[in-house]
Amino acid sequence: MTTSQSCPQYPRTVSNYDAIVIGAGHNGLTNAAYLAKSGLKVLVVERNPYIGGATVSRQLHENWTYSNCSYVCSLLRPEIYRSLNLAKYGLQVVPYGGSVSMHSNGDYLGGYVDADVKRREMMRHSPKDAAAYARYSRDIMRQCKIIRPFLMRTPADPTSLKPRNVLELIKLMQDVGNIPERVLHDTIRFYSLSIADYLNEYFENDFIKAAFAGSGIIGTAMGVMSPGTAYVLLHHAMGDVDGNMGAWGFARGGMGAISRAMADCLVDHGGEIKTGHGVGQIIVDNGKATGVALNNGDEFYADTIVSNLDFKRTFLDIIEEKELPSDFVKRAKNFKIRGSSGKLNIALDGLPHFPALGDDHPLMSGDMHFIDTVEQLEMAYDDWKAGQWSQNPYIDLLIPTMTDPTMAPPGKHYMSVFVQYAPPKLKGKDWTDADRDAFGQKVIDKIARYSPNFKDLILHAEVRTPREIENEVGLTEGNIFQGELSMDQLFFNRPIPGYAQYRAPIRGLYMCGSSNHPGGGVMAAPGANAAREILRDLKRENTVPAGWVDD
Amino acid sequence: MYDAIIIGAGHNGLVCAAYLAKAGRKVLVLEANDRVGGAAITRSFGTGFKVSAGAHLINLLDPVVIDELKLESHGLDLGQKTLKTVSLSHKGQHLVIDGDQLTGQVSDEDRSAFADYKAQMTRFSRLLNKLHLRPPPRLKPGRLSDYLDLLRVGAGLRRLGQRDMRDFLRIAGINIYDVLEEHFDNELLKGALAFDAVLGNHLGPRSNGSVLNALHRSSGRINDDNGTFASPPGGVGAVSEALAKAAVALGAKIRTGAPVEQLMFNGDTACGVRLQSGEQIEAETVVSNADPKRTFLDLVGARHLEAEFAQSIHRTRCSGNVAKLHLGLKSLPRFTELDPTLAGERLLIAPSADYLDLAFNQAKYGHCSDHPAMEITIPSVADPSLADEGHHVLSAIVQYAPYRLKGGWEHAHEPFKKTLIDQLDQYAPGLSLQVISSELLTPADIEAEFGITGGHWHHGEMTLDQAFMLRPAPGAGRYATPIDGLYLCGAGSHPGGGVMGLAGRNAAQTVLSGGKT
Repeated sequence: MTTSQSCPQYPRTVSNYDAIVIGAGHNGLTNAAYLAKSGLKVLVVERNPYIGGATVSRQLHENWTYSNCSYVCSLLRPEIYRSLNLAKYGLQVVPYGGSVSMHSNGDYLGGYVDADVKRREMMRHSPKDAAAYARYSRDIMRQCKIIRPFLMRTPADPTSLKPRNVLELIKLMQDVGNIPERVLHDTIRFYSLSIADYLNEYFENDFIKAAFAGSGIIGTAMGVMSPGTAYVLLHHAMGDVDGNMGAWGFARGGMGAISRAMADCLVDHGGEIKTGHGVGQIIVDNGKATGVALNNGDEFYADTIVSNLDFKRTFLDIIEEKELPSDFVKRAKNFKIRGSSGKLNIALDGLPHFPALGDDHPLMSGDMHFIDTVEQLEMAYDDWKAGQWSQNPYIDLLIPTMTDPTMAPPGKHYMSVFVQYAPPKLKGKDWTDADRDAFGQKVIDKIARYSPNFKDLILHAEVRTPREIENEVGLTEGNIFQGELSMDQLFFNRPIPGYAQYRAPIRGLYMCGSSNHPGGGVMAAPGANAAREILRDLKRENTVPAGWVDD
Repeated sequence: MYDAIIIGAGHNGLVCAAYLAKAGRKVLVLEANDRVGGAAITRSFGTGFKVSAGAHLINLLDPVVIDELKLESHGLDLGQKTLKTVSLSHKGQHLVIDGDQLTGQVSDEDRSAFADYKAQMTRFSRLLNKLHLRPPPRLKPGRLSDYLDLLRVGAGLRRLGQRDMRDFLRIAGINIYDVLEEHFDNELLKGALAFDAVLGNHLGPRSNGSVLNALHRSSGRINDDNGTFASPPGGVGAVSEALAKAAVALGAKIRTGAPVEQLMFNGDTACGVRLQSGEQIEAETVVSNADPKRTFLDLVGARHLEAEFAQSIHRTRCSGNVAKLHLGLKSLPRFTELDPTLAGERLLIAPSADYLDLAFNQAKYGHCSDHPAMEITIPSVADPSLADEGHHVLSAIVQYAPYRLKGGWEHAHEPFKKTLIDQLDQYAPGLSLQVISSELLTPADIEAEFGITGGHWHHGEMTLDQAFMLRPAPGAGRYATPIDGLYLCGAGSHPGGGVMGLAGRNAAQTVLSGGKT
């Protein structure tokens, strides 16, 4: 920033593009690919020496590939996968099998893929809950079907009388008109209840409830008893793998395979990617964004500038405050983007033994959780509120190499451990390396209680707290969704009211990150939706598919 | 034979009776207790003390009801003035909130931010009040009137103007903690405002939905002022008596000491009630002021209900989280550094939003708060008739005290009362030595005394999943129920809890128009 400000008349490079996308995360790449597909000359600039943002594979230990941020794939919109032809660029999503929750008393609850086996397993814990599960999964599926068509649509501004907004609202009313009143009532309840209360309506067994409740808090700074977390569960259920709704899979070769395929698609359509230098400033001239100044002094110009950075980073870090309406700046400062998660990536010398499961158990290839009660999950959140990492954290553990052996040498394994909660600051102070290590040790000790030989197998462990996530990926406060998924920041309120249509209050500047509708997760919908809006403003043919309704 | 029987002479039952009688219907109100008012009564405790047993202030009683039922001519008196709110600090640096004015150690920024905040919240709650005056709209319109209802809601939102409408749609569904952080620095102020957002519910300041509760609570007007409180002479029971007088004057009949055991059916249609005494009384219409669970699961019986509806009543969240403390005192307590002229105002112990949050943390796990929040009134300051000469009565609403207390209330009752008195002693040193009589009503006691399931003051949580057409449950959200001839008129229906009278009024209108679900 300083370089460009001190000698603006002597930039080292001046090149002209039609569009510049800031940040090569999956949304930035998707956005760029669609713009390039329509014939625009597109440049993507990325701060890190590698692309992908949080959709990345990295070799941090020799011969091991880590999906070191995001780690599983389900939300990636199938219409994007198909229209960008990501299969052609090498992306293969492999579904994995089920989940398991281990109880501290040595028992477990297996979430088998086979519906009949799953029912019998639930019967073992509670026959009543096994019966309730049919109603539960039906109701979740209904809500998924309601929301899915909206993912690839630009939200209407209900406060605007512009024809486009009014028409979109009318369409919304018509869609709602097709939904039975009873299901609409459920929808309101679903969006306002806590995941704990929602599960209480179906289930009685605390272990079963605890096993299901985790999906309501992943990535969010709320607890299982916080109203609004039932929706977060939806966010983890509305995706699919190969049309199988609610299924999750691995991108073969790690999550980086997704961004690599997107980047290859972009380059195939004439796009360019420059890595290694971040944007210090968005250049604004007479109220119009005209280019970007990189931290190394390079400047590039284009009529369209798109930011894949989160809402705060875009408007509080790389745009001068004077270019923005003061109310907008205030709202940007109040944008809720609180980090709540950490991550461990571990290289293992062999497969850990979990006595609860025995050897060669099929659920070893699914999500593993270690939890007894819903209250334990809520207590983990109380620690976050108090500014400390959870003493008994929620863990979502996977061994991707069970499904995708390419990520580690033969016979060795890679373990991905998602951890909640970890606050962005510790009682108001920044994380230190010692804090990070103590946090990592807490997690390792917890896993070791369920797997006696686990510690002996560890060859390398990368510990990521919100500090690492913020510093490496650039996500403010380390929030993995680029902003909390609560009602004040969803749909037409995301990121803030009046700006949910991907346009910034500066002409020529757009937003395409997960801070925008429909939010976080490796979905690519914000990037695609933003591209559609840009092409609309440029009066070019639309290359972005609208909602593809398969349901 | 009566045109309508109303089960329960709580304030909503009385309002409903009055409106029905006013329209010429022959109405009988049946009350289980020996007196009218339900939880809105004034009664004795200890030696010579009188206190409002449930709600102890009036803030929501709707002016429309007061007007239409001419309650003032039947003796309604809300007192000489409305109360200020004092957010107590145990160090003595209290904050006084009077309308949109703040007095105390508070920055100019907070002062002006508060005036703006209060003005905007008032605009929002007036919109809510308009919705309160009618049955909630249907989500899926069937008739023209349903479309008009929805249009009216849309038009009300639009009339806020774009800026307010955006703000409303942003904050209505979220939590008060985040909203207050955006506006203020002063902890006592944030504590007081957060308290109003969680009062009466199983909500902490960080719980989404608390803003909606705050708006609900400020939707009432007294002397055309939103968010103020009145302390009626004679206690809240005097309000119920005025309501009963109005109902009787309009021709309704009230029988106390007449607990209803069961609804009577003619086929699938409700046709009257059977009292616990065995007496059977027939009526064209039965209106229940009892809470939804008691109405449907006890008085009706699940066997008369469709399974899914019974299930949704069963899952209604109505576990109370509020206790009530009554103290008979030898003399007026002296709160540290508090101007004695403020002793009769509304005093809050909620020194910060975080304080409330920590108090709520314990309630989540089924424990009482170690350091609870309180709304304290000393009504004997303005109305000496409530205590013997020189004595005073202190009434405090206490949060949190969960109905489903781990280990049960039996052994926790006395220790919790001691916790409360000790806490008061910290703010008013020496208070504990002045106590002559004391009484604690836990949610379990409230359930036993007033017949409210779960001891929940509002007959059910006041949250979005149980609001508007979903209150108390889908299928019974517009006063009519799946049982022909049975209607609801209590706080378990829209617009919900507080001494408002609007549920009773809307229910009467639905009955009169022959409304269906």
